[in-house]
Amino acid sequence: MNTALVMFIGFIAVTLGITYWASRRTHTTAEFYSAGRSITGFQNGWAVAGDYMSAASFLGIAGLIAFYGYDGFMYSVGWLVAYLTVLLLVAEPLRNTGRFTMADVLALRFRQPAVRTVAAISTLTVSLVYMIAQMVGAGSIVSLLIPAVSFRTAIVLVGVLMLVYVIFGGMLATTWVQIVKAVLLMGGTILLSILVMAKFGFSFTDFFAAVGKVTGKYCEVGTLKDGACPGGVAAVTRDFTQPGLYYHGKWGPLSLISLGIALIFGTAGLPHILVRFYTVKDSKAARTSVVWAMVLIGSFYIMTTFLGFGAATLVGKQNIGVMKDGALVPNQNLAAPLLAEKLGGEVFLSFVAAIAFATILAVVAGLTIASSSAFAHDVWFNVVKRGKKADDREQVRVARVAAACIGALSIVLAISLRTLNVAFLVGLAFAVAASANVPAILLTLYWRRFTTQGMVAGMVVGLLASVVLIILSPAVMGVDAPTAAVKHLIQAAPVFPLDNPALVSVPLGFLAAIAASLATKERPEAERLYDELNVRANTGLGAV
Amino acid sequence: MPDPIPPGDAPPAAAPAGEHDWTAIESTPAFRELVESRRRFIVPATVFFIAYYFALPVLVGYFPGVMGRDVVGKVNVAYLFALSQFGMAWVVMALYVRRARGFDAQEHAIVERAAGRSS
Repeated sequence: MNTALVMFIGFIAVTLGITYWASRRTHTTAEFYSAGRSITGFQNGWAVAGDYMSAASFLGIAGLIAFYGYDGFMYSVGWLVAYLTVLLLVAEPLRNTGRFTMADVLALRFRQPAVRTVAAISTLTVSLVYMIAQMVGAGSIVSLLIPAVSFRTAIVLVGVLMLVYVIFGGMLATTWVQIVKAVLLMGGTILLSILVMAKFGFSFTDFFAAVGKVTGKYCEVGTLKDGACPGGVAAVTRDFTQPGLYYHGKWGPLSLISLGIALIFGTAGLPHILVRFYTVKDSKAARTSVVWAMVLIGSFYIMTTFLGFGAATLVGKQNIGVMKDGALVPNQNLAAPLLAEKLGGEVFLSFVAAIAFATILAVVAGLTIASSSAFAHDVWFNVVKRGKKADDREQVRVARVAAACIGALSIVLAISLRTLNVAFLVGLAFAVAASANVPAILLTLYWRRFTTQGMVAGMVVGLLASVVLIILSPAVMGVDAPTAAVKHLIQAAPVFPLDNPALVSVPLGFLAAIAASLATKERPEAERLYDELNVRANTGLGAV
Repeated sequence: MPDPIPPGDAPPAAAPAGEHDWTAIESTPAFRELVESRRRFIVPATVFFIAYYFALPVLVGYFPGVMGRDVVGKVNVAYLFALSQFGMAWVVMALYVRRARGFDAQEHAIVERAAGRSS
């Protein structure tokens, strides 16, 4: 595993070089939070792709397809189509009306500390939850690929590096780390896809014929145990090109729809993606960013089928895992790395491991900067200090301290949660973003009758509904065998049947926002404030 | 690199906040027309992409038999429909980018007029 170590060190050296270069250009708030708006639309498109394509999508989706076939691809589709919501409804008006954070847009219209506070709480919740999921993933992946590095060491290493990028290099360093990672990830994925297709003589039909020979089983009711279903009912067998292996049974279709809602609306409410649009000079550049991001993200997610189906056919799901005490413990995250090893030997395995490492670092750095700006700009500067003209450098200092605290907190939480199944955290982040942030953003931009109370009610209800329903769902509640390595948080039968709460929580968020708005009356200047927001959002007049 | 943002911070947008009569601009025919032409594209485009997208989970969830039918070799309806989502997203994106050039021109005229008035 020495090649992997060399590649890891190479990546770390390059990114630290970038950080050093960026640190000499990062002094003011505009530089720290948004890279002085100096990023071009094309560069930002790559950075958005690098910020968005997490380890969950690279390793997770490849693994899901390798284990369950077609159903895993449903994530890939949603993650691209989501960008139409961003492109058509959010990116340009957001760039025109905000400065540094998601809350800026809401606060331009509703100039109340409560609005910023609630928006900041929601931003911090989404980012922290997403960050812990990434960090736990980082710990297990790095320690699997380089056995010399323990889980704890891997998390601390990732946490410290992300803090170095953010604290010293601010958004400029974060941006370039994300661009480098996106280039590596695209390069590695294209190479892997070509190698997979070469095994099938570049014939799509031959490839699918092989995929069709791989099969899986499931039960319409209950869970599969030793190849049989409860009550002696025969298991259903499906090949990997067919839907149903992951989403089936009574709640299968609704789970798919709920996931779809979370994916295509959640993306437009992810603070770490939204703040990326402040790094370009105007709304036209923001549009260009989304276009390039969509080209990259779409190409990448199409290729997840080559990775996933490639691992299913060439490696075989029975071989994807780690040897422990003479038995293989299945591990979905290893599908892509093991496929790389099969196709290109240890060097290529190391390369893919280094990409996974880079992927995680770029995403957690983006999350750290989004949450530190929410704390420093929204909570500390605009709520605690009431927006008084403060020293710019002082605010940057507060943002750096906030980044350090959030980073330290996420390291501690990631280490303490390592034996729990934290896959639900990514779903939770998307659900909160879709149920709390998206109603607030869309209604602020497009609905004149929206009020402060409506906004606060929508966000609080959306946030609480997502959290409560996730806790009651099969993602958190479940009864595991006592020998299971990774356990559910609550050992009991789930109360809410769907993995993802979006089907219920998104409508609840919108309903609460609309109902509370209709029941309340906005202050007299509300009309003028909406006129201002509407003109700014549509024309970019007065944008910074 | 020149920094286009003045240092210092004022809530929530430091730009020339008091210089424009927003309500007056909001009611100009040019602005109403911009909002209207945006809406004419964005509303149908959004309704279309949401309907097209949710057709996938609905069909896959409730009609797995139909979706599992093979079209070419083992390539089936479900995979081709999922793949078509990528094409759909890129086409809607391209159409929007083309239309947005028109919005840019309209925006530019409004901004120019407002700037002329306030200075």
